[in-house]
Parts: sequence; C-alpha cells; structure tokens
Amino acid sequence: MKYTGAQLVVRLLEQQGITTVAGIPGGAALPLYDALAERGSIRHVLARHEQGAGFIAQGMARASGKAAVCIASSGPGATNLVTAIADAKLDSIPLVCITGQVPLSMIGTDAFQEVDTYGISIPVTKHNYLVRNVADLLQVIPEAFRLAESGRPGPVWIDIPKDVQMASIEIDALPEPGRPDTAPCVDMDELRRAAELINAAKTPVLYLGGGIVTAGASAQAVMLAEQAGLPTTMTLMALGTMQSDHPLSLGMLGMHGARFTNYILEESDLLIVLGARFDDRAIGKAEQFCPKAAIVHVDIDAAELGKIKRPHVGIHGDVSQVLDRLLPLIQVQLRKQWLSRVSDLRSRHPLLMPGLENPRSHYGLIDAVASALDPLQADDAIITTDVGQHQMWVAQAYPFSRPRQWLTSGGLGTMGFGMPAALGAAIAEPDRTVICFSGDGSFMMNIQELATMADENANVKIILMNNQSLGMVHQQQDMFYKRRLFAVDYQRRSDFVKIAQGFGIEACDLDTAENPRAMLADALNRRGPCLIHCSIDIEAKVLPIVPPGASNTEMIGG
Amino acid sequence: MNMRDSNINRKLNPEQSGKAVLELTVRNHPGVMSHVCGLFARRAFNVEGILCMPVGDGAQSRIWLLVREDERLPQMMSQAGKLEDVLSVARHGADHRVFEKLEEFFG
Repeated sequence: MKYTGAQLVVRLLEQQGITTVAGIPGGAALPLYDALAERGSIRHVLARHEQGAGFIAQGMARASGKAAVCIASSGPGATNLVTAIADAKLDSIPLVCITGQVPLSMIGTDAFQEVDTYGISIPVTKHNYLVRNVADLLQVIPEAFRLAESGRPGPVWIDIPKDVQMASIEIDALPEPGRPDTAPCVDMDELRRAAELINAAKTPVLYLGGGIVTAGASAQAVMLAEQAGLPTTMTLMALGTMQSDHPLSLGMLGMHGARFTNYILEESDLLIVLGARFDDRAIGKAEQFCPKAAIVHVDIDAAELGKIKRPHVGIHGDVSQVLDRLLPLIQVQLRKQWLSRVSDLRSRHPLLMPGLENPRSHYGLIDAVASALDPLQADDAIITTDVGQHQMWVAQAYPFSRPRQWLTSGGLGTMGFGMPAALGAAIAEPDRTVICFSGDGSFMMNIQELATMADENANVKIILMNNQSLGMVHQQQDMFYKRRLFAVDYQRRSDFVKIAQGFGIEACDLDTAENPRAMLADALNRRGPCLIHCSIDIEAKVLPIVPPGASNTEMIGG
Repeated sequence: MNMRDSNINRKLNPEQSGKAVLELTVRNHPGVMSHVCGLFARRAFNVEGILCMPVGDGAQSRIWLLVREDERLPQMMSQAGKLEDVLSVARHGADHRVFEKLEEFFG
C-alpha cells in the first residue's frame, strides 16, 4: 500500500482506537488535516484556542484512562499547547500531541511560524519526537502511544514537518498498534516486609494518590483499608478512590485538608503511601510531616521512591498488582483503640462548612448541586474544576463516590482547565452529566471554548462561582500580606449570563432566582450545555489553610 | 528519614563528598544531548564536565558527565534513567580517568 505521511498518521491513529481528536488546523498541519478529511474516520473537535484543544484531549484521557490526541499547527499553535501538555505531565495523564512543523529544509531558518517545538517540549513531556523521515512514523506513532500509557503515564509530543506529512511511502502492512508495557515484577521480600510493618503498626494511616486511579486499584485499596482497619486519606488527585462517606475516609490531606485529617496523620506510626509522590501541597514542610511514622511507599515510578521522603520499605510496581499480592498477607484488624482515637479527633476538629444550608454561598452551592442531581445519576456525574478557591471547596465538600469522577488540575494548577476538560469528558462519556465548577478568574482564561461546547452540544453544566476577583490570591494577600489587596479585584462586572448566551449556551442566574434549588435542579437535569451563575462573597476563605512553608499541623482557621 | 537528614549525615562524612563520573549509554540522535543536559539544568544539579561521542556503528553514543557527588545524585541517576533515549546509567568514582586524560586540552 502507498501512503503519504499524513495518511499514514491517520491510519495509525485509527489502529490505536482513536475516534475523536481535538485541535486547530494551520499551514504546517494542512496535509494532516486533508488526510483526516479524506479518510473521514476520525471526528475532529475544532477548539477555539490550542490550549483548549489540549484540555479537551485531557478531559477525554482523564475520563477514559486511555491516551487522547490533540493536534495543532507549527509556531503559535505549538506554543499555545504547551500549558495543557505541561499540565498533563504534572498529573501523569496519557496524551499524544501532534504538531505540524515547517518543512525539514526550512528548519533553522526562522521560517514563518517556525519555533523549536522539539526543544520547547522536552521539559513538559514524557518523551518527544521530531520526525525526520516518513518511514519513522511507522515506529514513532505506535511507540508514542506505548510510552504515553506505560508505567507512569504522561504526554508524548510528535512534531512532523510538512514535507514529511506529504512524502509518500510504500509498505506491505501497517505496524502493530502500540500497547502499554507490562509492569515490573514485584519484589516479594519487600512485600513481606511491608505486610509485617502493616500488621505490627499501632496507628497506621493509608495515604492514596492519583496512581490508584491510574492503576484502577481503588477496589483493592479500599479492601486493604477495611481488612487492616486503616484510616485513609487521599491526595487531591485521588479523591473518589474511597467513597467520601466511607467510615474510614479522612478526606483530603494537606494545605486545605480538614484539621482532624492532618492531626491524625501527625499521630501515625506507619504511613502506607500508594501511588502518591509527597507533593508539597499534600505534606507541607517535608521534614515535619508525620514525624513518628515509618513509611511504606509503592509507586510505578522508581524515581519517586526516596525523592522527598526515604521509605522504610519502597516497592517499585503497579499498585494494583502489588495490592493483589499484599492483601493475602494482611491480618484482619479491628484497631478499636486507634480508630476510636481517630473518631475522637474527627469530632473535635471537624471540617467546618459555614453556610451549608444556603445554596447561594460557596459550600451551600456545592452541596445544593450534589443534592439537585437525580439520585440515580449522581454517582455517574463527572465533576471538573478550574483552579482556586472553588476547586478547594469542591475538593473538601463534594460527595465523591468513584474514581475518575473527579477531574482537576493538581500538579500544575492551571486556571482555564475546567471547562474544556469538562467538554472532553462529555465527549468521552456522552451518557454522563458533566459538572464544571469554575470561578470567574479561571473561567475567563479559556472562555472561548464555550463556542466549542455549543458546537458539540455537550452535556456540561458550568457552575460559575463569581466573586469578581482572583479569590485565592485575594485570600492570600488578605491573610499573609497584611490585606494589601493588589491586582486581584476585577473593576467591572462581566455579564456571564449574556456572554454564555452570546455563544449559544443556555444560562441562568441564581442571584435573581426565586427558588435557586428549583432552578439548579431544572438546569442540571435537562440535557445539553448550560451555565449557572452565582455570586459568592469575596471574603469567603478556604479554611483551614497551612501557610506556605509551614508544617501541616500549623493550620489557620477551620 | 527525609532528604535533610541524609544531608546532615553526609556532611559528617567528608570521605564521601567530592566528585563522581556518570557514564550514560544513549540512542544517538539529534536532541539526546538536550534531553540529558536539560534534565540536570532544570533540576538544578550542576554538571562540571560533559563528553559525548558515538560508539560502535553510531547507533548509540556514550555521554560522560563529571558531577558533584551529593545526596541528590541517586535521584538524578533515577531521573536520567527514565529518559527514553537513555539506555543505561552507571556511576564511577572521581578517580575515573576519562576526564583526567582530557586535562591537557584545558591547560
């Protein structure tokens, strides 16, 4: 068979099971777009900004667990993708990003829309390629998918010069699609040592990270907690891996964790850390985190073992396989003494959620959204957020019940993530309702994707918590910079209801609703995109808060 | 034990401070040097000397790095080992002669 490079890319994407891509065309990507048009097998979601395309692909990948694809042209198309790709790197999300590049002969001449995409993408990807020969595509495309989904997942970037897209090649058969590598063998000696520590511990805590979601190991993690009587905390990335109303759940730890959660961790004599990386927002000051605890650390990335905290037992492996082998070695324990101390701390230092009964306040709105969902669909709903105060309030207060229900930008903390990621999730999982909690600051960073959402008629509900300010910065200036508020409050009030309607999206305003709960229920349970606007108090804070650089027990408020 | 603890232990043991030589076997293609040097730069780990030459039929290269031996070195080796184009990472003592032999060119 004879193919052009562009045709070959399309065939190889098909082989990987790709049915939808997000992107924006441009000069250097035109042969690839022409091949997509000619073949007609892959649906293309036309974003309005490449960063939006990157986050749409991320939404697809985060909701499905499979590598998703975004496409852009050279130069600004490529640079606009960088933030979304870096975000995927920090949160270990499998993406394959394909960009057009100026023809090989023009590389290095400062040609129109030329930028060193290969060089720019190195620090934000798991791996990257500049394809110099059409035949290389046969190996590069399957390998990109293999790498994106193997071990600790991540984004892989493929830069393809225009002449490579146009060159032709004769081949007998297409190569096999790329598949994830098998996981490394688990060291049984280390596993036995881990089991001994868990069985002997008096005040152990289970600490789950995003790796549990990636590995599909939440059922086994919950089983471990129940079998060994382990109070269980989750990182931001792991919310949903244990149901939030599970009696052993301590919710999120760290900077905005509940007081009781951080106090319980402080008393632990053993931390069992699964698929987490001791992020500074989770553990505060590293030297003072869980001072009395021995550490069992399981991770698929060997470089994470000992990076921040040196484990007493470090196990390199797939956490799902590790748990399968570990569970038979774990004694059943009721741990009455420790669990009664845990419930004592929980009742003395609970998470305070002021205004919970008022659907027009921050916690109240989150609670009202969860309650307004049709009970049959509530667990099915996908929740995305942007970044800031609203993100932390949702992380603290939303009743998560399953992995992959919660999609948020954790490591990079990218404002503008929420709405395009929600759109991607709705495309990947069309039967679910997708709810995007956003703030006015974040929302305006990718507001143009409302147009894409209208095109797709996606079942996304945007809950816009509007305090006419960059709320999290406002809070930190207020608390840590003597309330010298600067460059945080927006001077003019934007009319988001009108803006949404201008893009062809239905919108409603809780501020003027006679019955806000009824308005919410109606908007959430009707199919199609909708923006729900609600003003919230700029003085509302995310509490408790661990001041930057402090240890987790030095919380303020809450 | 956390990194700060191990740092203290290291300072008490001057025998182990000093330099080390890393030997990386890599795929030989344009860009692999960027990957390796960029990794050390963005993790703020100083590289004092670099040597790179193709080996065998040119499909692979060997990169020699002269680095300061500190408590972050094992972490840097793990991170370097994760690079897709890096096939192996080995550590030698500062007494390795590869940089010593070059000294006459840097007089």
